[in-house]
Amino acid sequence: MKKKDTNISAMATPAVGEAGKTGDWRDMRPVCDHSKCIPSIKKKAACFLCWLYCPEGVIKATIPLEIDLEYCKGCGICAEECPGKAITMVNEGEKNG
Amino acid sequence: MPENLFKVNIEEYMLPGQRACQGCGLSLAYRYVLKALRENTIVTFPACCLTVLHGLYPTTSVTIPALNCTLASTAASASGLVAGLNAVNRTDITVVAIAGDGGTFDMGIQALSGAAERGTDFIYVCYDNEGYMNTGTQRSSATPMGALTSTTPVLTKQQPKKDMLRIMEAHDLPYLATTSPAYPIDLYDKFVKAKRIKGARYMQIAVPCPPGWGYAPKDTVRIGRLAVETGIVALFEIEDGKFRFTGRTKTLAEKGNKLPVINYVERQGRFRKMSIEQLRQLQRWVDTRWNEYLKRAEG
Amino acid sequence: MAEVQIMTGNQAAALGAKLSHVQVVAAYPITPQTSVTEMLSQLIEGGELKAEYIRVESEHSALAVCISASTVGARVFTSTSSQGLLYMHEQIHWAAGARLPIVMCCINRGVGAPWTIFNDQQDSIAQRDTGWIQIYCRDNQEIIDSIIQAYRIAESVYVPVMICYDGFVMSHTMMPVEIPDAAAVSDFIPPYKPHTILSPEAPMNINPVLFPWRRANTEGVLCDGYMEMRYKLQKALDESREVIASTSRQFAGAFGRDHGGMLWQYKTDDAEIILAGMGSVASEATMAADMLRSEGIKAGVVGIRVFRPFPKEDVRAAFRTAKAICVFEKGISYGYEGALCSEIKAALYGTDIRLPIHNYICGLGGRDVKARELAEAVRSSRDAIAAGDTEPVPKWLNCFTE
Repeated sequence: MKKKDTNISAMATPAVGEAGKTGDWRDMRPVCDHSKCIPSIKKKAACFLCWLYCPEGVIKATIPLEIDLEYCKGCGICAEECPGKAITMVNEGEKNG
Repeated sequence: MPENLFKVNIEEYMLPGQRACQGCGLSLAYRYVLKALRENTIVTFPACCLTVLHGLYPTTSVTIPALNCTLASTAASASGLVAGLNAVNRTDITVVAIAGDGGTFDMGIQALSGAAERGTDFIYVCYDNEGYMNTGTQRSSATPMGALTSTTPVLTKQQPKKDMLRIMEAHDLPYLATTSPAYPIDLYDKFVKAKRIKGARYMQIAVPCPPGWGYAPKDTVRIGRLAVETGIVALFEIEDGKFRFTGRTKTLAEKGNKLPVINYVERQGRFRKMSIEQLRQLQRWVDTRWNEYLKRAEG
Repeated sequence: MAEVQIMTGNQAAALGAKLSHVQVVAAYPITPQTSVTEMLSQLIEGGELKAEYIRVESEHSALAVCISASTVGARVFTSTSSQGLLYMHEQIHWAAGARLPIVMCCINRGVGAPWTIFNDQQDSIAQRDTGWIQIYCRDNQEIIDSIIQAYRIAESVYVPVMICYDGFVMSHTMMPVEIPDAAAVSDFIPPYKPHTILSPEAPMNINPVLFPWRRANTEGVLCDGYMEMRYKLQKALDESREVIASTSRQFAGAFGRDHGGMLWQYKTDDAEIILAGMGSVASEATMAADMLRSEGIKAGVVGIRVFRPFPKEDVRAAFRTAKAICVFEKGISYGYEGALCSEIKAALYGTDIRLPIHNYICGLGGRDVKARELAEAVRSSRDAIAAGDTEPVPKWLNCFTE
């Protein structure tokens, strides 16, 4: 038997991807050159301004850095704010860097 | 990792895949607002960009309990949450009202003033993106002079921005602070502090808006930073009447190296029809306030 | 033990709220409702009622407070009149859509412009389509009893209830009222169980945007679109008829007073001409019916107690044997006729009950409505019907229209 919506008023529950795979919104994607990425170079928690400024919270502050491209909307703030110019925005469709 | 590096709560309460625009200043700010407020919080908000961010039934992108309310009633809705939670003996929860400048400076001001005057134990957050952005960039009383909006499409806004901070300060609040998502740690620290304080607290976040202001989404932090560098936005807090500059604004005040507003204005499409006279007036508007702040910071 | 006191309608309302153990009160004073807010303030500050009283800056905020407090699990009460009710309008819709069992007293008063502080029912009639249950009281006893009933109804069907009573005519008029026994009231209204509680233990986003189409949740269950959610409100109001009627019967069993469920009837068994109305005008009509009967005219009265949901079946049963109806209303749908008159006509449509229905607009802005004027109106309708006038335009009673 198929389950029905038994809510009598509207109450939404948390879900990842509420707006779908927002990675699809992107026309450019961030690509990290780990050889320029400060935490990767220093091999310790440092900089991570990309993590700090990401409006989506889709950057994982790990070594090496991880960006969740499934949900990254491609705003480019991380690339703009990266002090080591490690992150560049690359047209979707083009190969890495 | 970042919690040691930035001394912030590592938990994320805004899930990936939310509905706000690319490079949204509110998204960035809200991420840190929620980190600072943590789990024992209920937020209430009217129809605004945040409604979009929280998402469509039956899913939501935020793991903090949230209650939608009508546009004019954000602070009253918070009053009801506080009263209701008291009535059911849940005094461990921080109630947070959050609305844009439309829901705060304009339609929500009556309920906000009422709740503030009653000393309601809540945090009111205004994310000020200087216009009715959710409906497509119409003028609000928070829109700066000289800005093009879809309801000031030819002549630009003729009046200066309403000084909501002074209005709210006149309510003798225990805590009032200005913040910017370009300075997330300053924002985070102020919200952590606000959560500890009792009574009606007012927080205003200067939130850059790429589509509304006419700049590329990648520049949100940059524009937010320029707002502070030029003194358009001053980062400060007023705790029990005591004024204090914070963060970058404190440094600017000490060094006296605030930039001219043109550096901020020239990077945004909304100011493309601004006249020289309006630019002068905007600079005067900024300088007058800046000098008042300087005096208060010394005093 | 129940005791009888002489009190105003507003005192009865405040006592009704107190007996119902409301936990949050938010209200803004407006004539003629003001003394309800004053008395509740007194009860709360004096420690007789343990509740939060939020002295809001407007009626719009009053209902906003009630909506949010109800959402986190508190039993709430508010009251207003006239412009205050109109100012709340947006929130009135919101409360019903959110399915919150709020109880509000509307102390009926005319609306501006021009200003009036006096009674008619235009204010609450204008809220007909908001999704609230509306109960119209005819005396102060019914006010206190109906508030108690209202919490039980609202909290079982999750629809807000508006208790309407006429300003000054009841709000400021002293009448003997038997105060229901507090323990018996507590038994009658079980503690409020919200359909959802907003709390950090189960984070959710309440009343977000719904699109025209349905949308799946994380488990793949296709959930309501806006229209499905709104249909549930209509269904709840439809199903509330039985709850209202049974609550009224059970109240009668527990407290010995039956106010009639959906509607009440006075000498209708053999009545040829029936006077219909809501609130004090219906009460006045019972005296008119007696006058008419003393002249040999078989008159009776149907008092519509519940205007929403409209008691279609009860109306059909009540008018089945009548020969004519005169509907007296303290309000009008401008450009047509009284709203109650339209509803009665609509309820009889498609049945074999075909009879002339005359509509009298009366008592607007506090204009006197006396039994003898109602009786005179019935006489003139009788004459007009005898002369073949079956579909007249609404007449403005006791009003200089030329």
